Amino acid sequence: MTSELDIFVGNTTLIDEDVYRLWLDGYSVGDAVALRVRSGILEQTGATAAVLQSDTMDHYRTFHMLERLLHAPPKLLHQLIYQIPPSRQALLIERYYAFDEAFVREVLGKKLSKGTKKDLDDISTKTGITLKSCRRQFDNFKRVFKVVEEMRGSLVDNVQQHFLLSDRLARDYAAIVFFANNRFETGKKKLQYLSFGDFAFCAELMIQNWTLGAVDSQVDDMDMDLDKEFLQDLKELKVLVADKDLLDLHKSLVCTALRGKLGVFSEMEANFKNLSRGLVNVATKLTHNKDVRDLFVDLVEKFVEPCRSDHWPLSDVRLFLNQYSASVHSLDGFRHQALWDRYMGTLRGCLLRLYHD
Amino acid sequence: MPGKLKVKIVAGRHLPVMDRASDLTDAFVEVKFGNTTFKTDVYPKSLNPQWNSEWFKFEVDDEDLQDEPLQITVLDHDTYSANDAIGKVYIDIDPLLYSEAATVISGWFPIYDTIHGIRGEINVVVKVDLFNDLNRFRQSSCGVKFFCTTSIPKCYRAVIIHGFVEELVVNEDPEYQWIDRIRTPRASNEARQRLISLMSGELQRKIGLKVLEMRGNAVVGYLQCFDLEGESGLVVRAIGTACTLDKLSSPAAFLPACNSPSKEMKEIPFNEDPNPNTHSSGPSTPLKNQTYSFSPSKSYSRQSSSSDTDLSLTPKTAPYPQGPRIYLCPSSPSLSCGSLHLKKSCLLLSESSLPPHHSSLVSPVLRKSVSFSEELFLAASGMGSGSAGKEGGPFKALLRQQTQSALEQRGGSPHRFCRRREFPFFTLTAFPPGFLVHVGGVVSARSVKLLDRIHNPDEPETRDAWWAEIRQEIKSHAKALGCHAVVGYSESTSICEEVCILSASGTAAVLNPRFLQDGTVEGCLEQRLEENLPAGCGFCHIPYDELNMPFPAHLTYCYNCRKQKVPDVLFTTIDLPTDATVIGKGCLIQARLCRLKKKAQAEANATAISNLLPFMEYEVHTQLMNKLKLKGMNALFGLRIQITVGENMLMGLASATGVYLAALPTPGGIQIAGKTPNDGSYEQHISHMQKKINDTIAKNKELYEINPPEISEEIIGSPIPEPRQRSRLLRSQSESSDEVTELDLSHGKKDAFVLEIDDTDAMEDVHSLLTDVPPPSGFYSCNTEIMPGINNWTSEIQMFTSVRVIRLSSLNLTNHALNKNFNDLCENLLKSLYFKLRSMIPCCLCHVNFTVSLPEDELIQVTVTAVAITFDKNQALQTTKAHVEKSLQRASTDNEELLQFPLELCSDSLPSHPFPPAKEHLESASSNSGIPAAQRDRCSSWIELIKLKAQTIRRGSIKTTVTVEKTSPMGEGNFRNRSAAPCANSTVGVVKMTPLSFIPGAKITKYLGIINMFFIRETTSLREEGGVSGFLHAFIAEVFAMVRAHVAALGGNAVVSYIMKQCVFMENPNKNQAQCLINVSGDAVVFARESELEVVSTQQPAANCQPACTGGEVTT
Repeated sequence: MTSELDIFVGNTTLIDEDVYRLWLDGYSVGDAVALRVRSGILEQTGATAAVLQSDTMDHYRTFHMLERLLHAPPKLLHQLIYQIPPSRQALLIERYYAFDEAFVREVLGKKLSKGTKKDLDDISTKTGITLKSCRRQFDNFKRVFKVVEEMRGSLVDNVQQHFLLSDRLARDYAAIVFFANNRFETGKKKLQYLSFGDFAFCAELMIQNWTLGAVDSQVDDMDMDLDKEFLQDLKELKVLVADKDLLDLHKSLVCTALRGKLGVFSEMEANFKNLSRGLVNVATKLTHNKDVRDLFVDLVEKFVEPCRSDHWPLSDVRLFLNQYSASVHSLDGFRHQALWDRYMGTLRGCLLRLYHD
Repeated sequence: MPGKLKVKIVAGRHLPVMDRASDLTDAFVEVKFGNTTFKTDVYPKSLNPQWNSEWFKFEVDDEDLQDEPLQITVLDHDTYSANDAIGKVYIDIDPLLYSEAATVISGWFPIYDTIHGIRGEINVVVKVDLFNDLNRFRQSSCGVKFFCTTSIPKCYRAVIIHGFVEELVVNEDPEYQWIDRIRTPRASNEARQRLISLMSGELQRKIGLKVLEMRGNAVVGYLQCFDLEGESGLVVRAIGTACTLDKLSSPAAFLPACNSPSKEMKEIPFNEDPNPNTHSSGPSTPLKNQTYSFSPSKSYSRQSSSSDTDLSLTPKTAPYPQGPRIYLCPSSPSLSCGSLHLKKSCLLLSESSLPPHHSSLVSPVLRKSVSFSEELFLAASGMGSGSAGKEGGPFKALLRQQTQSALEQRGGSPHRFCRRREFPFFTLTAFPPGFLVHVGGVVSARSVKLLDRIHNPDEPETRDAWWAEIRQEIKSHAKALGCHAVVGYSESTSICEEVCILSASGTAAVLNPRFLQDGTVEGCLEQRLEENLPAGCGFCHIPYDELNMPFPAHLTYCYNCRKQKVPDVLFTTIDLPTDATVIGKGCLIQARLCRLKKKAQAEANATAISNLLPFMEYEVHTQLMNKLKLKGMNALFGLRIQITVGENMLMGLASATGVYLAALPTPGGIQIAGKTPNDGSYEQHISHMQKKINDTIAKNKELYEINPPEISEEIIGSPIPEPRQRSRLLRSQSESSDEVTELDLSHGKKDAFVLEIDDTDAMEDVHSLLTDVPPPSGFYSCNTEIMPGINNWTSEIQMFTSVRVIRLSSLNLTNHALNKNFNDLCENLLKSLYFKLRSMIPCCLCHVNFTVSLPEDELIQVTVTAVAITFDKNQALQTTKAHVEKSLQRASTDNEELLQFPLELCSDSLPSHPFPPAKEHLESASSNSGIPAAQRDRCSSWIELIKLKAQTIRRGSIKTTVTVEKTSPMGEGNFRNRSAAPCANSTVGVVKMTPLSFIPGAKITKYLGIINMFFIRETTSLREEGGVSGFLHAFIAEVFAMVRAHVAALGGNAVVSYIMKQCVFMENPNKNQAQCLINVSGDAVVFARESELEVVSTQQPAANCQPACTGGEVTT
């Protein structure tokens, strides 16, 4: 006796959250059944393994059929085929678009192309996340990217509107899309200590201040691409380190203000020129795509690592950066105050976030 | 030109990409009705086109309006090649034709394609302007309401229940036409869908005409089925119960009604003998002696008010205290000979029938000597199958003739059958209180037929004759049970190749004629001697004469009123009456059986099947009985026995809900007897088994809370002092009958069902009895509308359909292995359901409906549709008494919905005792000792009553037209409200679906019309669609979606009495193909949640009702 066909269709589509999780995690039906057995569900319910198998198959089939709709969440809301209460719909969507920290760190900033997709095998082995789940997450990234790529308006809003995600998740996706679009390097060894949250934080600041959308909200792609003009203008900041007088003046202003307030004052004083040179050079190089990609590597190399090696506490870093950016306003010979604020305001936020072990 | 149909195509959404190059679609729409077609403009390059068309107007006959569906086709415009069809929407506009239902159909409909499934949605608005047609010879029956619900719909009141209506239409199946060889599968499927839609429209119209002829205005319990007879054609048939319904306008006039129905329940046929026979047990007890016989003197003119009665008064002498017997009148060819091939029934007859000794019988009592009920309905149904027309040898044909003549001779009045109400059948399963007087037992008939091509579709005589034959059979069975009507009636077929089994079954019953059309019947019954029967047990009392029992049953005095005789078990096809006193909870009981059959052709095949049928029925019955006893229960409701025929096997599946009726005696246990007594270890084994069985019974009693009050023998009084008589039922020696069941029919508490174990197979059978696992705690299941013992439903419901197909390995095809496989299949399916729905605990699976089919040689398909309803556990812990009271309250609230003319009759009504609690009934009995005098008064005035009633009816009909006018603008308003709401939030509105006739925690405010849909889905890429499971899963989900969309478009938010009547699945994995046909129906309704306030207010009248009832009691 073999079961040829075995289905259950409810007027309200039954969603088992546990099975959904297993499905999202990419387990095969067999593995999912084994995991469910291990969870002790048989003892709790008095069911048999066969029942569990049939139940799991059924849920998997349902999810498989829902997947098509999950690719365009508004469709899930308007479709008539599956009657699902709104709270459940939200749960389905949110969980489907949720991703693993380990996975996103692997692909963050990479081009969402076929080539990357081929690497998913390696990522899967490395992270221990099933290939199937990796594919889903990768495809989600790519799908969101494709949809919002050439849209007007706020990136977060666009993601939210077209994928009906929670605010939190929409922000994460905005970061992922932004990183993918600008191809920021995040995979280098020295960046490994950074979490996705760190990058997402930076991305949000950059989207708010450095993109076209920051100055003009009527442009396509406004939140995706960095403001080219702004990057070009950043060259003007060169003077801060190129002009010896300006640099000395800047240093003395910062040192005067911070004397006695900083635990690492002497180290700061010794390193000021190096740090300042590093930060300004990062700005001036941003006209080259290659250097844009290396932004985070540079920041870590030029600023985070030197400070860390001198054991600056975070509070000192904050005091320094505040004073460092503010003092520029007192430099009479420097004309690009607004530009400096646009640059440094964001960079300060990013650096503070990046500064941890 | 009595109607104008107006259609507007608004927009489309989620259309599929039809042009690969642009990833877009250039869509336009064709709107077709009858032979007229309109087109919208092409809306280029969009998947969400906005056509916003003008109103397309069709001017059509109302006959066409009823028959034709509106056909909407969405196409993709192609400049160079033929336009590609995206899909279709068929809209049944019938709901727009009766003014009380929907006024407009407007909403998003899934665009359906038989190959691709649902492909986007289309927004359509449909309206009908209907002009009044005064043509008396019209062919249409617009305005007749149809309900699938098998009870009086909630917001209506039955003025008259006219009775049975049936019709069938036949046609050639497009799938088998020559043209099918050259057309695409899509075209063929669409031709079929359209044809069936047309045929069911036509059928409904024809039934409507019959209803109008009967002066009714509605069909309740409408059941339409398709028989796919393959080569020989397509049959669409329907049965239903014609009624005159009155919409309940205001909830006023509640209270007075609540005591009248209970009065009716107490009505007992009047016995002309003023001194009811004294009985040893209680001389003061008026013993009911109902004998229905047919006086030859009855006139048969149609006008005569008396001719239709099946009941007459027969003077009777006191019954002799002797055992059950059956009178065989020499003048009537007895049908007992018709079952010669059935050893068991013959044995039974010969043992229990005695020569007639009743000299005082005036009219020749002609009875069909075999009929069935509790113990033996199998015998008769077996006989039914034996009477198969074609395949039987000349001998059987002769018998058949005799049967026919017997039927015609009966009562000397063949003309009686010519009456309008030819068959006193009712498809209802739940009744207004007081409607059901007594229940006799299950009657069923089967017949095996060979299909041949239907030569002339306009003359479906053969099929008509087949059904007429079966119905006649049912009717006579009912008569043998002393009943004049059959309730809970249904018909079904099972077809395999050219063999077809026609089945019909129902419950023989005595009805209160108050609701029936015929005044005469009422006349007779009105004169019946009034007796005091507490509610809740009246229907259990035997309707047949205890001396003339049509089968040997074991009677005792009713455990509730102790006045009337009741059988020891009761099987019925109806729902549990709301006023029945039940102890504990009920449970689903199933009997499952397979029988191998040799493959054969035509006649030989039919003969083989009809030879097997009686054994199957017998075994199914035995299984049911054993399981019932094992549960410690004594009655079955909602019994449905399905016999399915396949190439090489027959399957039997019986489902019913077991309950413990307080009025019936406590069931005896099951005893096991070994055949080889000298083996010590064997004995030990037997006693071990016995212990297990006893344990199970005890456990079940605990599980279902069955704890009947102990009644000492003295109170019950010594039952009928009959000599201990044993009748033995021997199963004939078919190779498969492995155990011999001995029915000990002697009375007494100790009697037990004895299972004799004589070989290992029998042992296995006993084992299998014990393998039925009870549902996990917190779960209950039943196949009736409501679960006895649970009444505190919460609003959470989940309707579902589950389908399983198993492939049998051809190696182990023995009856036994087959039975085990089938049993496992059903049990596993139930277990899966319990597991899946575990989050709803505590909950009850209601209306569990199993359907078995045998699509291929080694495939068994089981389809289950049911609804899971959660209930409040805390309230569920109430005592039995509490929920008896509750059910009484419920009954009285139900009464409120019935109101009026009982109301008028009430003033001069008989001394009535609505629902006297059991303890009080003795007093009330004594208080009513002076009845006969009052009774005589009544007799003289009953003519006045009829006049009064006639007036009321006339008034009632006037009222109907008034409500019609009133409701339509209201409906309009309703619609506006509704359409405004979805605009605000664009999410899809929830549509509930349930096989029940009600929605827990809500009130149905409006019936919008019947939903009756037929879909075909086919695929040539089975693997790509997820295999058979993926294919069918998606299809069923789509069917649900289309039903919901139609309901929502009508302005409804639920489907009640939903049923999946057919789910025919065929696959050909080698060709990567599969096809499935599904037919569903139900009633679209609008329901409103009962707010807290409403709950309070409904409880208020219920509470008031009780004092009012007692008040009535005092005045008498």
